[in-house]
Amino acid sequence: MRQSNLYIVLYAAALTVVCGGLLALASEGLKDRQQANIALEQKKNILGTVMVVDKNTNVEEEYAKKVKSFVIDSKGNVIEGVNAADVVVLAEYKKPADQRMLPVYEIRSESNPDKIDFVVLPVFGFGLWDNIWGFVALQEDMNTIQGVSFQHKAETPGLGARIDSKDIQDRYKGKSIYDGATLVAVTMMKGEGVDYSDDLHKVDGMSGATLTAKGVNTMLSGYLSLYENYLKKVKAGSASAKAEEAVEEPVAEETETESSDETK
Amino acid sequence: MSTEVAEVKEVKKSEPLFSKKNRKLVSNPLDIDNPITVQVLGICSALAVTTQMKPAFTMAVSLVVVLIASSMVISALRNTIPSRIRIVVQLAVIATFVILVDQVLKAFVYDISKQLSVFVGLIITNCIVMGRLEAFSMGNKIGPSFMDALGNGLGYGIILMIVAFFRELLGSGALFGFKIFDAVGLTYPGNGLMLLPAGACIVVGVIIWVQRSLNGYREG
Repeated sequence: MRQSNLYIVLYAAALTVVCGGLLALASEGLKDRQQANIALEQKKNILGTVMVVDKNTNVEEEYAKKVKSFVIDSKGNVIEGVNAADVVVLAEYKKPADQRMLPVYEIRSESNPDKIDFVVLPVFGFGLWDNIWGFVALQEDMNTIQGVSFQHKAETPGLGARIDSKDIQDRYKGKSIYDGATLVAVTMMKGEGVDYSDDLHKVDGMSGATLTAKGVNTMLSGYLSLYENYLKKVKAGSASAKAEEAVEEPVAEETETESSDETK
Repeated sequence: MSTEVAEVKEVKKSEPLFSKKNRKLVSNPLDIDNPITVQVLGICSALAVTTQMKPAFTMAVSLVVVLIASSMVISALRNTIPSRIRIVVQLAVIATFVILVDQVLKAFVYDISKQLSVFVGLIITNCIVMGRLEAFSMGNKIGPSFMDALGNGLGYGIILMIVAFFRELLGSGALFGFKIFDAVGLTYPGNGLMLLPAGACIVVGVIIWVQRSLNGYREG
């Protein structure tokens, strides 16, 4: 079969249009469903850090009832007019640390809506192959971890990908992120099968996934330090209740630049 | 590495889809002409996705779907495709189907698509798909192309499941995420080697050995 150049060019052009059209159609037609799935997944992950979410949980209802979200800056002040659901953590991750918008999800107590049971903070970082992200829920003392939820894009199945399993995430329960007044976060150690139950800042590692664990460690310390000013305020009892007024408060600034070197 | 192709001569219009010759197109790739163990194609993804059975299964199903769909499209277009850009055309068709599959999974079965999304790129570059399109669909009618695609997809999928079975069982002591050893009251620490690609090489090697000693296949 020998065709003219014109035929080949036209054929290629037609193929491009047909394939491109099909894909555009699929992408447009399915976009709403896909985004709804992603939003639901995020709500599931947020709730999953503080309670058991299974097939019977009505995620939307529970979320609406319990979660109050807002966005803060690195000084811990509330940014008005920004919806936490619209903040793309990946996009913020690429900005310098002190310019990032930081979503906060407060879990209100069911009996007393003014009382904050937990604060859930998003974290974001880089594993071995690609982005990893998740949520960390802190108890009232803004120190003890109630639960974590980690997700990953492309960690090795069976090795680093285990960070999204309950088994690994449960290891963080009850650990503390502060050592006295210093934020030390929680470090996942190298090697697996060691008991760290008496150490509040260490968790057992994942065999064969030391680099993913390093990514998780950097993610936790980097992102939690961004929230440090906010955590201080909550501890002082001045934040959430008056959050809407965006109180100006002189806050120590020593932590702002800490993680800027990780943004590259 | 044998690259022999069963060039089926253009079957007569009256020939039924499940004729003996066509059934051979499905059964051969399962054993004596298996894409992985005999033709040694698609090895890369066989090593990458077989640490656990669930992603391996999803991958196998997706590959069968993509292979069948693109095989039939290419077969339908085979007389119009300019031979000088045929590889490009094949690749475009494959890529389109893979992305369509991914989009649909994302919209309707989000949990599975989270598992699969990593491996989608691997399907596009999977040598089996390209190989079957170039070697078979370009020269055969839609019916036989469908059978050939089905056979090769299943042949690939079976090996994937066997490898994943041993790797997940020996590597993490589980099957489809269910902890087998814990359930029967044994403690199994897990063999890290099985979770690494080297473990897959060993398992594939053993499968090839067993298969060849059973069917007496000889290279060359």
